[in-house]
Amino acid sequence: MRSDTLLSVRDLKVQFPVGGGLLGARKVVKAVDGVSFDVRRGSTFGIVGESGSGKSTAALAVMRLVKITSGNVLLGDTPISQLEGEALRRERRRFQMVFQDPYASLNPRKRAGDAILDALNLMGVGEPAGRAERALELFLQTGLRPEQLQLFPHQFSGGQRQRIVLARALAARPELVVCDEPVSALDVAIQAQMLNLMLRLQREFGLTYLFISHDLGVVRHLCDEVAVMYLGVFVEQAPRDALFERPLHPYTRALWSAAPSFDPDARGRKGRIRLQGDPPSPIKMPPGCRFAGRCPFAEARCHTEVPLLREVLPQHHVACHRVSDAGQPEYPLPD
Amino acid sequence: MSAVLHPSSSKPDLLAPEVTHAGPVLSVKGLGVEFRTRRGVARVLDNVSFELCRGQTLGVVGESGCGKSVTALAVMRLIAQPPGRITSGQVYFEGRDLLTLTEREMRQVRGNRISMIFQEPMTSLNPAYTVGDQIAEAVRLHEGLSTSASLARAVEMLEAVGIPAAAQRVHEYPHQFSGGMRQRVMIGMALACRPDVLIADEPTTALDVTVQAQIFDLIAELRERTGTAVMLITHDMGAIAEMADRVVVMYAGRIVEAGAVRDILSVPLHPYTRGLIRCAPGRRTVAPGQPLEEIPGTVPSLLERGAGCLFADRCAQVMPRCRVELPPVSTRAGGHQVACWLHQEHLA
Repeated sequence: MRSDTLLSVRDLKVQFPVGGGLLGARKVVKAVDGVSFDVRRGSTFGIVGESGSGKSTAALAVMRLVKITSGNVLLGDTPISQLEGEALRRERRRFQMVFQDPYASLNPRKRAGDAILDALNLMGVGEPAGRAERALELFLQTGLRPEQLQLFPHQFSGGQRQRIVLARALAARPELVVCDEPVSALDVAIQAQMLNLMLRLQREFGLTYLFISHDLGVVRHLCDEVAVMYLGVFVEQAPRDALFERPLHPYTRALWSAAPSFDPDARGRKGRIRLQGDPPSPIKMPPGCRFAGRCPFAEARCHTEVPLLREVLPQHHVACHRVSDAGQPEYPLPD
Repeated sequence: MSAVLHPSSSKPDLLAPEVTHAGPVLSVKGLGVEFRTRRGVARVLDNVSFELCRGQTLGVVGESGCGKSVTALAVMRLIAQPPGRITSGQVYFEGRDLLTLTEREMRQVRGNRISMIFQEPMTSLNPAYTVGDQIAEAVRLHEGLSTSASLARAVEMLEAVGIPAAAQRVHEYPHQFSGGMRQRVMIGMALACRPDVLIADEPTTALDVTVQAQIFDLIAELRERTGTAVMLITHDMGAIAEMADRVVVMYAGRIVEAGAVRDILSVPLHPYTRGLIRCAPGRRTVAPGQPLEEIPGTVPSLLERGAGCLFADRCAQVMPRCRVELPPVSTRAGGHQVACWLHQEHLA
């Protein structure tokens, strides 16, 4: 592990039991099925994927908000996957979370200022006498106005609510902020405001973000390193520019080519990989590569042999039989 | 995808256009809508006019609350009255003003000649009926087909929208379909009666990007085959670039800019349109990690409209005149229209 690594996740697995009545066999959904990554202090690590890929579950597992089936999560030197009870609660001030829906994340009967004050009190941040001032400071840092401390959530717009949620997450001066689709519920003009705010706060406070999103444009703008998740595993992981400019996995290429281009002249262009159908069920996982069933380039062994995530170019990892060890795609590249 | 949907001998493509008449199929003129609220009357649409041509996709873009969905609901006469009220304007469809039709006459148009798909495919389908029943019902009501013939049509529609094993899946319930498949069902239902106009209100917002691409391809392909005019309502400039021929940009209940998609995207005239295009991170106008261009502030309250341009408080190029006088619409070459005091030299 490098010395500047803040978050280190090793072989993380999260499984949920489903079904299993009196007679039915107990089945297991492998929501996260062996994921490893490191996040440098002060950087942003993005996880992209479709719904059901397990990206949110991975985020919840890092936050210790779902039960980890196996694997390790290390925050600095602290094995947060091993902590329980009061010890875990004490460490929680170091890692906080921002959820997607700013309407569901705030208690409608609690004034905005009190929502932040509660976090400060619960975490025992600073002296009690200074907490009101700290709440005001957080309010100003996130671009809210002092008189708004007294308002209730319904008196704020969606973007303003997400600022309150961010202020509350920052109350305990965390090192890591896990963000699960923090801007997807916001209008595009408000998204830009929120992304700019997150970037500014990261610079000012040296924050580290674990950023979950399905929006490739947002991820490309914000993240230093990106992993592409499909059915519980990373299929590709690389620094931002490498991943966006030279994607190797057919699924990554398909995701990229599905994103709107902003260029009407590029419509119906060649080079698109259009995926057919939906991802398979995470209960009955196919034996080989999980993407093989939808992959236009799958060979026989793709259906039988699980491809391992391996480093084919510096820091560029891919799990695909059809990419050579030298990082060359061996499937026909669309022109 | 080749669905020959009619069981008759000549087997015509049921989706092929029936008539081709020039000119707009739908023409909205000076539409105004108000909603009564406890805090006063909100003027939600103000003098909205646009035309929709056969085989074309008109993109309607704007932030939440700009009136884009209300425009669609007004065209469909689906605005609850009260609290809503259509205060002015006409909606011409085949030479008739839809706003003057009786509810009975309107039912012949709605879902038949003009149909609509919504953002959330789960809440738009009835969970207690099979998807086949729901598609067949529309065909039975509008075309008077028998139960078996209408069910056969349902199967054909599911095939047309690319649902595998349609003959079996027609008997399944909405919960047995994925989100993308449900939206396909909705599109199949909307197109079952070969409408002249399809209104799609954020049809892919709830879907993954790969499924969005499939749905866009499907709508584009069906539009080519049927000549159906599509009105695509979205907040996403990317979707506009991908799908639209012409674009209407709405802000606070008014159209601020309209024109061909290339003109709008390459030479946006209104500061709001420029902001909408530039603030999208996917467009990559700034380097990663650098501040995105913002549109400061939020959408104004519709309860108290001032005399001037409603965008004035958020506009970086605001002039004194903007706050007191409503900017008139000026038209440039190619039918590129803008309502902004910065662009009055082109007044017709």
